[in-house]
Amino acid sequence: MTAMAKRYHLAIFPGAAAFLQAARECRARGLDLREAWTPFPVHGLDELLGIRRSRLPWVTLVAGALGAAGGLAFQYWASAEDYPLDVGGKPWDSFLAFVPVTFEMLVLLGGLASAAAFLLRSRLWPGRKEVLPDPAVSDDAFALLLEAGAAWTDEEIHALLRRHGAREIRIECRP
Amino acid sequence: MAHELHEPPLLPEVRSDRQVTEDICRPLERRPGGAWWLAFVAAATALAIGVVCVTYQILTGIGTWGLNRTVGWAFDITNFVFWVGIGHAGTLISAVLLLARQRWRTSINRSAEAMTIFAVICAGLFPLIHMGRPWLFYWVFPYPNQRGPLWVNFRSPLLWDVFAIGTYFTISLVFWYIGLIPDLATVRDRARGLRRRIFAILSFGWDGRARSWHRHEMVSLILAGLATPLVVSVHSVVSTDFATAVLPGWHTTVFPPYFVVGAVFSGFAMVLTLMLIARRTVHLEAYITMRHIHAMCKVLVFTSSIVGLAYATELFVAWYSNNPYEQFAFTNRLFGPMGWGFWIMVACNVVAPQLLWFRRVRWNLAAVFGISLLVNVGMWFERFVIIVTALHRDYLPSAWTSYRPTLIEIGTLLGSFGLFFTCFLLFCRFLPMVAISEIKAVAAEESSHSETAPARAEESRAA
Repeated sequence: MTAMAKRYHLAIFPGAAAFLQAARECRARGLDLREAWTPFPVHGLDELLGIRRSRLPWVTLVAGALGAAGGLAFQYWASAEDYPLDVGGKPWDSFLAFVPVTFEMLVLLGGLASAAAFLLRSRLWPGRKEVLPDPAVSDDAFALLLEAGAAWTDEEIHALLRRHGAREIRIECRP
Repeated sequence: MAHELHEPPLLPEVRSDRQVTEDICRPLERRPGGAWWLAFVAAATALAIGVVCVTYQILTGIGTWGLNRTVGWAFDITNFVFWVGIGHAGTLISAVLLLARQRWRTSINRSAEAMTIFAVICAGLFPLIHMGRPWLFYWVFPYPNQRGPLWVNFRSPLLWDVFAIGTYFTISLVFWYIGLIPDLATVRDRARGLRRRIFAILSFGWDGRARSWHRHEMVSLILAGLATPLVVSVHSVVSTDFATAVLPGWHTTVFPPYFVVGAVFSGFAMVLTLMLIARRTVHLEAYITMRHIHAMCKVLVFTSSIVGLAYATELFVAWYSNNPYEQFAFTNRLFGPMGWGFWIMVACNVVAPQLLWFRRVRWNLAAVFGISLLVNVGMWFERFVIIVTALHRDYLPSAWTSYRPTLIEIGTLLGSFGLFFTCFLLFCRFLPMVAISEIKAVAAEESSHSETAPARAEESRAA
């Protein structure tokens, strides 16, 4: 272990209610919650872990705007500038007719960019090896990672976690 | 004191997270039963017939169809609109009901989204085959070419279709897959050997960290928000294939909303058909409960009534317009040589679903199943009636003619059902057909609101 590695406490809980209560009490008592692994999104956990609201909607906004602008510009350029075609005497710049494709390009680019941003930001791609604190976190186990502060002894932390029903507690050193 | 409305729990038979995992993974981990094989063989046979018919007509030409110079669209475009419509319920359930916080959707959204994807694949095949030279399909995309470059006609609804259906398919697939990732990880963590390696790749290394879940919920919400106007746009664009033409019976402004509601109606009927089969054959009675079936029945009777209103509006406007061509088109639709199609459509889409107002009918699964099948039939006929009865007698009486499908066309329709059900049965066998993590979240939320919360927590502690 390097000198930079910190000591963490990892607790595994068998149910969502017990897990959330434990997380609440740890937070209220000033322990530093670092990470959690759960089989489903547990509501109320984001605030306890201090997760800020995701900025993914900005990706959607920018990509959607680019898609719409690019789609509209391309249709205008192709239909009125590069190769004007007379279709039923309609004007070259018949913008109303360009609305559906513009909208579809907005949705397509906005959606694909949001999905890609989600996958990259969450470090998810084919072939990535998962690191699970417990094999059951995708089934019915809830894992909580705490940073041990100087004010607490290991025994005190473990007693608190056990009181909330933790079925397993490990001390981990992580960089 | 005010009375609190106590809703009965959605999933009363769901006891623990472990049980949810077990129940939903079971069909994937066991050998399929006789009912599955029977259905699979039937679907694969229909698919094989379709493959033979499509191969023959591509080698020979579109002359193998019953189309003629007057009736230039018939089975192919009917099937196209029918299948696109089927897909719409999947998006409605996964996107619109997510935004509306309808929690009952969690039991059916995964399979409804899968249904959307397979239905759009079936739909896309028909314009492709209708091209006659399907190997030149890429001409529909605006790509730099050596003919000018000659661009596609952006003023044509048929081109809007390319973009609308293409976007719809892509976004539906992405939405479905992102929802699947956590469940694929659940399957991965239970599997061994090759199966584990396959699911490890498919699940993208999902580990269920709180930050990933936070982003997962955010991206689901974004995609739902995008998919909601998208689904409205898709069938509106499909309806403009007709509405922008000058043909009486097609040239109406009511078409976009009428088509969208019809799509949702037919899609919900198909979801109901599939769910009733699935809950029996894969044993998901604890997850797709009577309450879900009731909810879908209510959507069905509601959309059926709107569709009925749309039919009445069309007839009223034809009469009120005082336009003899318009009036003739509708007289011909009701009482002409193909009038039987109109009456099948009304009987199946407007009359039969009204039985669902009765609680006793909604409790009778055989009756619900029968009505859902009738709606499928009726909605296919709706598109057939719109397309063929409008075309076969238009402005020029000397060009009037009739239309009769050939065996090749019927075989191709059968083949599209074969493709749809083959894909769906493979999906039921190889992927979790109910959203495992979403069910757990709903069950946890329910138990935290009800008095049984401590009991349930105790139970999971003991487990």
